[in-house]
Amino acid sequence: MRVPLTWLEQYVDPGLPLRELGDRLTMTGTKVEALHHHGVGSTDGFVVGRVLSAEQHPDADRLSVCMVDIGEAEPSQIVCGAPNVAAGQVVAVARPGAVMPDGTKLGKAKLRGVESAGMILAEDEVGIGTGHAGIMELDVQVPSGTPLDSVLPIATEVLELEITPNRPDCLSVYGIAREVHAATGAALATPPWADDPHPAGDGIDGVSITVDCPDLCPRFTARAYENVTMGPSPLWLKARLMAAGQRPISNVVDITNYVMLLTGQPLHAFDLDRVAGGSLVIRRAKDGEPVTTLDDQVRTLDADMVVIDDADGPTSIAGVMGGARSEVGDDTTRVLMEVATWDGPNINRTSWRLGLRSEASARNEKSLSPRMAMDAQAVASALMVELCGATPVGGTIDVGGPGPDPEPIAYRPARVGELVGVPVADERQAELLRAVGCEPSTTLDAVTPPYWRRDVYREADLVEEVARLDGVDRLPATLHAPFRAGGLSPAQRARRRAEDVLVGRGFYEIMGWSFADDTLLEQLRVPAGYPVVRIENPMSEREGIMRPAILGSVLQAVAYNLARGVAEPRLFESGHAYEPSQDGGLPSQQHQLIGVLVGRDATVLGAKAHVEAVLGALRVPVRYEQTDRPMLHPGKGGAVLHEDEEIGLFGEVHPLVARAWDIEVPVAAFKVVLDRASELAPETTLYRDVTSFPALRLDLAVVVADDVPAAQVVEVVETAGGALLERAEIFDVYELGEGRRSLALHLAFRAADRTLTDEDVAPVRDAIVAALAEQVSGELRA
Amino acid sequence: MLERIDELRAEAEAQIAAAQTGAELEEARVRHLGRKAELPNLLRGVAELAPEERGKVGKAANEARTALEALVEERLAAMESAELDARLAGDRVDVTLPGTPAQPVGRLHLLTQTRREIEDVFIGLGFVVAEGPEVDSVYYNFDALNHDPAHPARARTDTFYVDDDTVLRTHTSPMQVRYMEAHPPPIAVIIPGRVYRRDQVDATHSPHFHQVEGMWVDEDVTLTDLKGTLLAFARAIFGEDREVRVRPHFFPFTEPSVEVDVSCFKCARGGSPCSVCKAEGWIEILGAGMVDPNVFEYVREHGYDPDRVQGWAFGMGIERVAMLKHEIPDLRLFYENDLRFLEQFG
Repeated sequence: MRVPLTWLEQYVDPGLPLRELGDRLTMTGTKVEALHHHGVGSTDGFVVGRVLSAEQHPDADRLSVCMVDIGEAEPSQIVCGAPNVAAGQVVAVARPGAVMPDGTKLGKAKLRGVESAGMILAEDEVGIGTGHAGIMELDVQVPSGTPLDSVLPIATEVLELEITPNRPDCLSVYGIAREVHAATGAALATPPWADDPHPAGDGIDGVSITVDCPDLCPRFTARAYENVTMGPSPLWLKARLMAAGQRPISNVVDITNYVMLLTGQPLHAFDLDRVAGGSLVIRRAKDGEPVTTLDDQVRTLDADMVVIDDADGPTSIAGVMGGARSEVGDDTTRVLMEVATWDGPNINRTSWRLGLRSEASARNEKSLSPRMAMDAQAVASALMVELCGATPVGGTIDVGGPGPDPEPIAYRPARVGELVGVPVADERQAELLRAVGCEPSTTLDAVTPPYWRRDVYREADLVEEVARLDGVDRLPATLHAPFRAGGLSPAQRARRRAEDVLVGRGFYEIMGWSFADDTLLEQLRVPAGYPVVRIENPMSEREGIMRPAILGSVLQAVAYNLARGVAEPRLFESGHAYEPSQDGGLPSQQHQLIGVLVGRDATVLGAKAHVEAVLGALRVPVRYEQTDRPMLHPGKGGAVLHEDEEIGLFGEVHPLVARAWDIEVPVAAFKVVLDRASELAPETTLYRDVTSFPALRLDLAVVVADDVPAAQVVEVVETAGGALLERAEIFDVYELGEGRRSLALHLAFRAADRTLTDEDVAPVRDAIVAALAEQVSGELRA
Repeated sequence: MLERIDELRAEAEAQIAAAQTGAELEEARVRHLGRKAELPNLLRGVAELAPEERGKVGKAANEARTALEALVEERLAAMESAELDARLAGDRVDVTLPGTPAQPVGRLHLLTQTRREIEDVFIGLGFVVAEGPEVDSVYYNFDALNHDPAHPARARTDTFYVDDDTVLRTHTSPMQVRYMEAHPPPIAVIIPGRVYRRDQVDATHSPHFHQVEGMWVDEDVTLTDLKGTLLAFARAIFGEDREVRVRPHFFPFTEPSVEVDVSCFKCARGGSPCSVCKAEGWIEILGAGMVDPNVFEYVREHGYDPDRVQGWAFGMGIERVAMLKHEIPDLRLFYENDLRFLEQFG
């Protein structure tokens, strides 16, 4: 919301430097986003002048050489390009040295050989309009040389304010004046609608209004005017609109915009002669019904949108945008001024469904108070007469009326101290509440909010008003600890540990994009039809699904860094993959750790070593199995199993997958389902005695067929080894050729209650050897 | 006899001292202390001496032998030591060469580092850490957080929808209600996580980013406690001489609502004109407020009677904290995953 300071000061003038005023507003909840300067850089050098003579330039058809009295002994010679310049005019003059709105300093110039000491101004040149067809003729009776800013608002400071969505009342100059009053205590002028000049009466001859959907249109008011003279608005009004960021159009349209900016209530002006039958019907639209709006676009409506019909059908989209058919234009002489209250959520829905946001919809979607409708009618009425010479016709049609008065809210002033931490005296609370228009009862046990504050309807809302105006920044900072020690959960600690293990092994963590598209699945060679979470309104087609796998993100980062000369990036991501629900519930996310190796280390067992390191650090017992997955090399992929649950994968990335990311070097990857692994990690381990009785160690080399998995050999050994076998691990593999290989194992035996002897272990060893022979046709290697 | 012992001892001492090599020393040892040497033989013959002689001679001979043996050991140690010194002196490596094999150094992503740093500060203040679903229901993301049916954030221009009832969460706040449903009061929790908004990517916007939600509810937690907690946080993250400023604001699910600014640390470091706070002196870091009673109404049956419990909540952006703290100019850097960027932090 842009609020020109000169406009604001008409209603409240706190007499503070601009920056201080801005701080007060910021610190009471209306944040100043920026301070702007609108108009000329400095008012110095801008004066009122009189054109004494205007002669044709000797060398240029379109230029005039003017002698202009600017209140000095000698008139100034100014060359002017405007077609309308003529002797006798009172004009606005910029003298050499004047600073224009864009910051340039005017100098003495020579135009086609003729000296020009300044410039006769058009309205766009000082930011008070957009017209450049001719110079401004001033309708003022002041001596030449009078400073221009005393008769024209050629410069103003502008506050750009952030208005929070609960405060539509502040989307108006008078609303901000109220806030300034509450924040500074400066006197607030009576509202501009205090006097309504319009004739009384509840009807207009020849006009009828019917509201078919009062739930969506709580109030609809209309006033009519005849003898309307269309034309440009006066400069003061144009200047205010320009400073507030609104383009002037014509007096009637400018009045609707001006009144909206002043009161916060949108208005719409119909050309009454173009309202067929003089009747308006407010009704729900039909599905698929087209309407042509002011911007000449055809919009297709649905049954939850509200249209305004005349006898010929839809003429405007209620509360959002007027229709082209009944728009006011140069030939308009009769105007029907509509000011209505709409159901906010409905307007909001209509405006986003149609992709049509306007200043009007931005206010109407906040469910304004029905009372504001008549405030706006009153201000508009005065301006229609003053600026357009209009004559009111009849009274005011008011369908729905102002609605009930605001209800008093039960209030406990002690709640302020309880919630905020520092009590505020009752008298002070009453003063602050009155400053925002509330009416507190004498004992402060009930407070009636003002009609324009529909956001204030509960005790908590009143507490907030008191707290913000009393100054939340003045509150002390108190620090005491909550009721227990803080900390990470065991699973959260395990997750950090897992990430730290990879960092310690030289991996860089990356963060990938949650969004992907269906080509990701093709790139990963996943069969069509894989279930994914789809976004209805993605930013682009390429971001239409939530990634079902993280591998693509990491491969993308690998490719990015390879292309930038990193030889063997080692990257991982610790993040979420997403999956649709099977049972109609919410989609789920799974926290996974995905690592990728490139180059020399990029082997299946190289990848597995990192899985072992992570799961070993977390003490999650697992076993490994050969597996064949679409994104992995068919012979070099493994699954990580805890009992029978798969909690990880590893392997060399399938060359076609790597190629999809333009990676032509070997790549290996691994996945650990961190959600599960961190849960499976033991929270606490208990002491085992391993020092009182030493372990007995022996090595064994067994020859088996090379298609017997090493894990199976270990499993056979472990099962046969029974309780005494503490550990069996492979330390060497020797390929013998002819489909046979030798696996060498370290075995460690231990008993908790005695030192084992060779005699104790011999039968166990025999059992192991027998089991190897029987189950995997293993022979001891000589 | 005693004189002979002295003689033998002196002779032996001289030869041991003169020995230059291990072999010479061994020769001296054999000659003076070996099986056939005179001194040991003297000792063996003590028994044959007159009784009054035995004590004196035995003692003297024994002393001489012990002394000589010690001398040999000493010489031997000295020789070995000299020999080792000589060997080591010739065995030299240029230690300015790189270590081998090179041990790669990895790093956490700056956003993870920052998230952990924030978590650790709040853990120190007595909070626990929770997480929640990124794809969540409209109910938790908007309705139960007291968002007006017309609240602009609900619009499909602003929020990603999976279906009419399901969104990509637009903030970490849906976990407020989820957490209260699962945990009776009192609670003190922070909730970090990824959130989504339909913003075009630019230097300060991204359709997904990260937030940390904080919430403390008990019977008597106040706005001054919020200020104290956030002041402690700001000082832990941005430096001990920071101040915080609390400004009224609006959020649908807190009341009173505030925005919290931290005093500019860049100005304090001396940078003029300051690019970080734009010469305001304050930098907005988060939104917060007292939990709105309407939010408690959604979890009343879980022990949150709004007349009995009260507390505050806040939400801050992790990217924003990282960008401010490390003077990172462009949010896109976080998701480009360029190692030249990643290796600068942590």
